[in-house]
Amino acid sequence: MSDRVNDSKNSGASRGAGSTGGTVLKIENLHVSFGEGETRARAVRGIDLEIHRGELHALVGESGSGKTVTSTCVLGLLPTPPAIIEAGSIYYKGHDHEGDLLQFSEDKRRRTRGREIAMVFQEPGKYLNPALRVGEQIMEMLRLHLGFRGEAAEQRALEILETVGLGGNRRVLRSFPHELSGGMKQRVMIAIAICCNPSLLIADEPTTALDVTLQMQILKLIMQLRHKFDMGILFISHDLAVVHDIADRVSVIYAGKIVESGSRDEIFNSPQHPYTRLLLASVPDAAKRGKKLVTISGKVPDAEHFPTGCAFHPRCPLAEKRCADEQPPAEKLDGSRSASCFCLGKEWPA
Amino acid sequence: MSSMNIASSAGSARSFIEIDSLEKTFHARGAGARGKGGFKAVDNVSLDIERNSIFGLVGESGCGKTTLSRAVLFLDPPTGGEIRIDGIDMRTLSASRLRTFRKRIQIVFQDPNSSLNPKMSIENSIKEGLNNIKYAAGEPERRAKLDNRVDELLALVGITPGHKTRFPHEFSGGQKQRIVIARALSVEPDFLILDEPVSNLDVSIQAQIINLLLELKEKLSLTYLFISHDLNLVSYLSDKIAVMYKGQIVESGNTERIMAEPVHPYTKKLFSAIPGVTRIDEEQELVFHVDEPGYSEGLPEGYCFYPSELAEGEAQASPQMLEINDGHSVACFEA
Amino acid sequence: MGFLLFILKRFVRLLATVLIISTIIFFVIRVIPGDPALVIAGIDASDEEIASVRAKLGTDKPIGVQYIEWLGDIVRLDFGDSMISGEPVRELIFERFPLTLSLALMGISLGILIAIPLGVVSAVRRWSAWDYFGMLFSQVGMAIPSFWLAILLLLIFAVRFPLFPLFGLGSFRHLVLPALSLGFVRAAVILRLTRASMVEELSKEYVITARAKGLTETMVKYKHALRNALIPVVTITGIQFGYMLGGAIIIEQVFSLPGLGRLFLYGIYQRDFTLVQGGVVFIAVVFSLVNFLVDVLYSVINPKIRIS
Repeated sequence: MSDRVNDSKNSGASRGAGSTGGTVLKIENLHVSFGEGETRARAVRGIDLEIHRGELHALVGESGSGKTVTSTCVLGLLPTPPAIIEAGSIYYKGHDHEGDLLQFSEDKRRRTRGREIAMVFQEPGKYLNPALRVGEQIMEMLRLHLGFRGEAAEQRALEILETVGLGGNRRVLRSFPHELSGGMKQRVMIAIAICCNPSLLIADEPTTALDVTLQMQILKLIMQLRHKFDMGILFISHDLAVVHDIADRVSVIYAGKIVESGSRDEIFNSPQHPYTRLLLASVPDAAKRGKKLVTISGKVPDAEHFPTGCAFHPRCPLAEKRCADEQPPAEKLDGSRSASCFCLGKEWPA
Repeated sequence: MSSMNIASSAGSARSFIEIDSLEKTFHARGAGARGKGGFKAVDNVSLDIERNSIFGLVGESGCGKTTLSRAVLFLDPPTGGEIRIDGIDMRTLSASRLRTFRKRIQIVFQDPNSSLNPKMSIENSIKEGLNNIKYAAGEPERRAKLDNRVDELLALVGITPGHKTRFPHEFSGGQKQRIVIARALSVEPDFLILDEPVSNLDVSIQAQIINLLLELKEKLSLTYLFISHDLNLVSYLSDKIAVMYKGQIVESGNTERIMAEPVHPYTKKLFSAIPGVTRIDEEQELVFHVDEPGYSEGLPEGYCFYPSELAEGEAQASPQMLEINDGHSVACFEA
Repeated sequence: MGFLLFILKRFVRLLATVLIISTIIFFVIRVIPGDPALVIAGIDASDEEIASVRAKLGTDKPIGVQYIEWLGDIVRLDFGDSMISGEPVRELIFERFPLTLSLALMGISLGILIAIPLGVVSAVRRWSAWDYFGMLFSQVGMAIPSFWLAILLLLIFAVRFPLFPLFGLGSFRHLVLPALSLGFVRAAVILRLTRASMVEELSKEYVITARAKGLTETMVKYKHALRNALIPVVTITGIQFGYMLGGAIIIEQVFSLPGLGRLFLYGIYQRDFTLVQGGVVFIAVVFSLVNFLVDVLYSVINPKIRIS
């Protein structure tokens, strides 16, 4: 088992972008709510999502859209209560485990965490333990999940640091997090996540707290690692520009539902759902200089007050009467995409 | 400082805001920290901002953007150089005149939550700024005038005036930022410093605020210094851009020009990292350090960046801004 | 290297504190009304007698000279001779100090032994029976004065159930009740802080990382969170230890223990000017020294301090 990191290093590196292996994660009809009665918030309302090995799947949404609830649920760290997982399944197929994660025993889930499903968080400064040396924070994983002991653990930790671009530097191993720069901390965070060669990596806004030049380096690293380790990546972000640069597939989430899903090119070149279209049009860039930005009226709804029917209808320029009453089902479109909207293809108002 | 005065009197066509050789040095407390001279957070920065334009200031965290904005506001008065607004040197103003004058410059920060007092209705928040300036007439008249002014300001930023008795927590993030903008406008400034004003907002809300800022700029003939790390945003709305790196401006000029032909290696590095342009080429080797001494591509003969041949001591010398094209300047050394 | 510099800085601060305290004591004693020479010589004393006492005390010299001599004495830990018994104050103090120190050490150990585990359990199982017990304990502990608790303990464990001796010195068992009365109040404070600190650490983001790594809950709590939670606890415990030296004065009185407390208390009753003066300086020096050691210990356990 302990040689797996090396094996995959040799085998996976040469694969080109976009090539995908078998399914590693399949979320079906996931419903999660918080609280009861008046204050009940239906944060996630029937999410379907599939991720393949070697694929970077971006889940794009704004605050309160349910993207973090979904990822936390996959990892099995959603505190219940207050959260209630009302329905759905999360099928997972990794090295040693296969099946519906929601049916796993608590102990079995714990053993998948870090070992099979790992996570990188937004602010490495906060998510690393300030009182433990970097080496220990990596090696405790190796000892716990892979049975490494003593010098071997340190040797492996050094190799992993090398993989994430920190060189085989023992000084980094002996550092405390505050002695490292922001970029280095995020690399350490990634090292911790990949050190047990997980099948699925969840990256929750991993570069939002970083400067642009660092951001690009970290994004590139994450892209490379998915091939090197043949893992699926669930990349959570609100930043369309970043997603544009790295994603293989994109799912757009709004008010706890996936409104559109497709390959990166499909989503960015010909978005279908009104929300996706408006969102893309509203992002400023040099090409839009001198033109007024397209805006989406109204505000982002919070989970306690998601509108009825299609949750986007109060802000949608195409909305019809039935949009307010009925929930549009996910519709398969050409290629690999799907979208949930009654008004697909409808003429855009002037 | 006297030599700077001579230099400043030379220019004829004056910009609205002239920042000349501005310096802000922090003297670290305690012995031994950062050498004897203190830490120059802003080092020899000169900028000209034209009236009714948007000047974008970009750079990575810790480059001195925020220190520069605080120095321009005279919140932390600069330790060297001068700032002239409409030709008036801020240093020559008496304390009381400075206070009045400073109203002409307002700042909008990233986080509206920390800018608004949560225990104060938004009406009172806005009135705070109004109270001590105008409307010194009789009480009832004054009150009516104040109320009118608040309504006017709120309408201007797209908040229903009827909601003015509400408290900040009753508004969404985007609305709060609108209210902060209304308050900044209450003292009728002509210059706004916008420090990452939309970074905390949801993507679908950002465009609303950006459009509002553009509208207000036209309507009220405002001038903006727009500070952001979001290069896409800055390249969308700025007329001019200055790139800041380690306390210095390394390149400045027209936005189109700089975007099309960045010259300084740091600018190139920064602009090559703009997300949303091209898909990242993952096969390409990772490059972690891009400090290339002696790099001189795009510079006239006899100039260079980061001169490698300079000895340790000389390396501390400041580079000079060289105008390589109309309004397009870059920091370099005469080789 | 940075660590040594840090220690050096703290040591300089320790010296400065002692200097400032002794200066204050010097001037305060000379400002408060009442010439000690008059007290010592008695009301009926003649002018010559008073003058000779002054000469003996050194209070006849110019104040500047007195001050320099005073500082010199402190460096040598020479506090003069007791005005009552004539013995050197230094020896009186050193004779009694071991008892007070062991009392305080036992007290703080008992305090830590009670407070930290209970505080951690309270934080980990919030709103459980343990937590309520802990909160009750700390409320009571902070509310009752230690001398009252001492008397209560005596009544129960020495009089009603004679498990421990009533008073005096002789064995380890003589120290249990006094140490318990001293430690109880301190335990209440440490417990509160431990609980609050642990609750705070458990809500931090790195705890989520620890869980996401698949660590067991035991490791998450006791390896990751506790390590950080104990950092502020060490400081507070050190300060509590300092207070405890002061608190010992009353407890020693209740249990009739011949420690520093009793020495100074008699000194005060008997207007033993040099003894009191020496005692105050001595306590100040010990207190500063404890703070210094706490600072050093804190920097060892908190990696962030060593850098800044």
